[in-house]
Amino acid sequence: MLNKDSHFIKDIFAKEIKEEATRVGYGKGLLEAGEKNKNIVALCADLTESTSTHLFAKKFPHRFVQVGITEQSMASVASGMAAMGKVPFFSSYAMFSPGRNWEQIRTTICYNDVNAKIIGSHSGVSVGPDGATHQALEDIAITRVIPNMTVIVPSDSEAARKATIKAAEHNGPVYIRLAREKTPLITTEKTPFEIGKAYPVWVTEKPDVTIFSCGDILFNVLRVAKTLTEKNKKVTVVNVPTIKPLDTKTIIEHAKNSQKIVTVEEHQRSGGLGSAISEVLSESCPKQILRLGVDDSFGESGTPTELFKHHGIDYDGILASVEKYIK
Amino acid sequence: MISLTDRKIADLELKANDIRVSIIESLAAAGSGHTAGSLGMADVFTVLYFAVMNHDPKKPNKEDRDRLILSNGHIAPVLYSTMAHAGYFPVKELLTLRKFGSRLQGHPHRTSLPGLETSSGPLGSGLSQAVGMTIAEEMDAGEISNKFFYCLLGDGELNEGQNWEAIMLAGKKRLHNLIAVVDRNNIQIDGNTEDIMPLEPLREKFLAFNWHVIEMDGHNMRGLYQAFLDAQSVAEKPIVIIAHTIPSKGVLSFQRDYRWHGAPPGKGPEDRVKKDKQKEVALKELKEVRGEIEEKIKNLNKE
Ligand SMILES: Cc1ncc(C[n+]2csc(CCOP(=O)(O)OP(=O)(O)O)c2C)c(N)n1
Ligand SMILES: [Mg+2]
Repeated sequence: MLNKDSHFIKDIFAKEIKEEATRVGYGKGLLEAGEKNKNIVALCADLTESTSTHLFAKKFPHRFVQVGITEQSMASVASGMAAMGKVPFFSSYAMFSPGRNWEQIRTTICYNDVNAKIIGSHSGVSVGPDGATHQALEDIAITRVIPNMTVIVPSDSEAARKATIKAAEHNGPVYIRLAREKTPLITTEKTPFEIGKAYPVWVTEKPDVTIFSCGDILFNVLRVAKTLTEKNKKVTVVNVPTIKPLDTKTIIEHAKNSQKIVTVEEHQRSGGLGSAISEVLSESCPKQILRLGVDDSFGESGTPTELFKHHGIDYDGILASVEKYIK
Repeated sequence: MISLTDRKIADLELKANDIRVSIIESLAAAGSGHTAGSLGMADVFTVLYFAVMNHDPKKPNKEDRDRLILSNGHIAPVLYSTMAHAGYFPVKELLTLRKFGSRLQGHPHRTSLPGLETSSGPLGSGLSQAVGMTIAEEMDAGEISNKFFYCLLGDGELNEGQNWEAIMLAGKKRLHNLIAVVDRNNIQIDGNTEDIMPLEPLREKFLAFNWHVIEMDGHNMRGLYQAFLDAQSVAEKPIVIIAHTIPSKGVLSFQRDYRWHGAPPGKGPEDRVKKDKQKEVALKELKEVRGEIEEKIKNLNKE
C-alpha cells in the first residue's frame, strides 16, 4: 500500500488527475530560489520557453544571459560565473546539455568543482514526434560517471520544483533531468525531498519483489504495484530521485528484505538507475535484478504512448515483465 | 549547364508551390514540426533538386551523385516534400511525417530513407560532415572532381561554434567543391537573430575565413540558379551562398513571425489566423500564388 509518509495527493489513482511537465516545476523552483538568493543567475541557449527559464528571465532580466545556440560555451561561461560567486543554472535539451557539452561540464564544472547547475529538459522517449535525435536516453549514464556531480531525476513537477530549490542550496555541480511531456502531479508540498535520499513509496512486509524507479515513470510503476497487490503479490516500490550520491543504505535495506529486484527507468538499460543499483548490490547484497528501460536502441518518432509501449515500459509492459519475472 | 527559359523558371516556381502545399499538409497531419524555415527554403530546394544537382531518385546511391547535407534538420518537411515531388517516394507518404513507424522521422534519419546523406536535428554538425565528404572526394578524385557538396544551414544555427571550426578547415583546405547555403531568415526560436545572437556582418565573417561569398535573394529562381552556377565556377575557395529568405514565405499570414519557427498549421500564433483555420488559410494563400504563376505562364505562351 501507499506509504503515508509520502504525503501524495488524496487519490493518485483517480481517473482525472492534474498534470504538469517537470520542466514547469523547474521554472517555478528557479524563480523561488532566485527570489531568495540574488546570486542565482540563469543561462539559456535559445530555448528559454521550452525549458521554462522564461519565468526567471522575465522577473530578473539583468540576471539572465541569452547565450544563443552555444551549449558548449554555455557550460564554461556558467563555470566562469560560478568562479566569481554566482550560482548559475543553465538549461537546454538534455541531448545538448549535458549531451553535446559533456567534456566542458566534466573539466570546467566538475573537475573545477564549481557551483553550477545543469538543467536538461526533454529527456527520454516522451519527447515524442521530434524523434531519436532529441530523445536523451544516455544522460543519467554520462553525468553520474563524473566525480563531484550530483544527479537528480524528479518524479513530477512538484518534485522538480523542490529539487531546483535544493540544488540551489547545495554547493557543487548538480544535474537535474527534466521532461517535456505533462505527467501526473502526485506529490504535494509536504512530500519529503532531500538530495541523496531514496523513498519507499509503496510498502509491504516481506515483499516478493522490490521495484526501484526514478522520474515520472514512477506513476506507472505505482499503478503496477497496485495491480500486483490486488493479485496478492507483495510489492515494495522505492523512489530513487537522487541517482548520485545513491542512498545505498535504503537501497541495501530494501534489497535484503526482498526476494526479487526490479528497476524501471526511461533511459538506456545500461548506465542509468538500474546500473547504479546493480553496482551497489553486486558488492553488498548480490541478487538477480531485472532492469527495465530502453534496450540498447535509439528512440524514434511517435506519440509518447506509442513509444513507451514499443519499449515495454508503459503500464502494461512493466506489469507483464514483472509478473513473468516473479512467477 | 544552360541558361533557363522564362517558361522553365515559371515551372520551377510551380514546383516550389507544390512543395509548399505538401509542407503545409504534412505538418498539419503531423500536428507538430517546423513551418517557418521549411516554407522559407522551398525555392532553394526546388532549384537544387530540379535544376542544379546531379542526382537520380531511381538510383539514390549512384556513386557520382552530388551530395546534399541538411544541417538544420528541423526543416526536414521541405527536404521530404522536395524528395517526394522529385520521385524518391510517393507524395502521399508525406502524411506519415513524424508518425510512429514512418520513414519520415521528425528529424532526418540517414538509414530510414534512401536519398538521405546524413542524420541531423542537433544543430551545428552538418558543415563538418560536408567538409569531411569534400576532403575525402578530393583525396580520391583530386582538384578536377566535378562532384559538389551542398550543405544547408540555418542562420541561428551559425551560433554553434562547431560551424566556425568547420569554416576554418574548409578555408584552409580551399574546398571549392563545397557550397554552403545559409538560410538567412533572421529568426531563431527565441526571437530575431540580431536580438538573440547578432551575426552581422556575416559576409565579412566568411570572407575573413577565406570563403567566396555570394549574397542574394533566396526566393528568386533565376537568381538562385545563376548563383549555383557561379558557385560551381569558383576555384581555390569554399563558397557560401547567403540566401536572404522570408520565414514562412508563400503563406502571407504566417510570414516574418519567429513564432512560426516550431509550430505546425493548427498550432501557431493566433493573432492573424485562428488555429482551426490555419491550414485552410495557408492552402488558400498558396493557391493564390499558384494562380499568379499560371497567369504568368499564359502570358508567356502568348508571346
Ligand atoms: C545543438 C542544438 N541546440 C538546440 C537545438 C534546438 N533548436 C532547434 S531549431 C533552433 C533554432 C535554429 O535557428 P535557425 O537555424 O535560424 O532555424 P530557423 O528558426 O530559421 O528555422 C534551436 C535552438 C537544436 N536542435 N540543436
Ligand atoms: Mg533562422
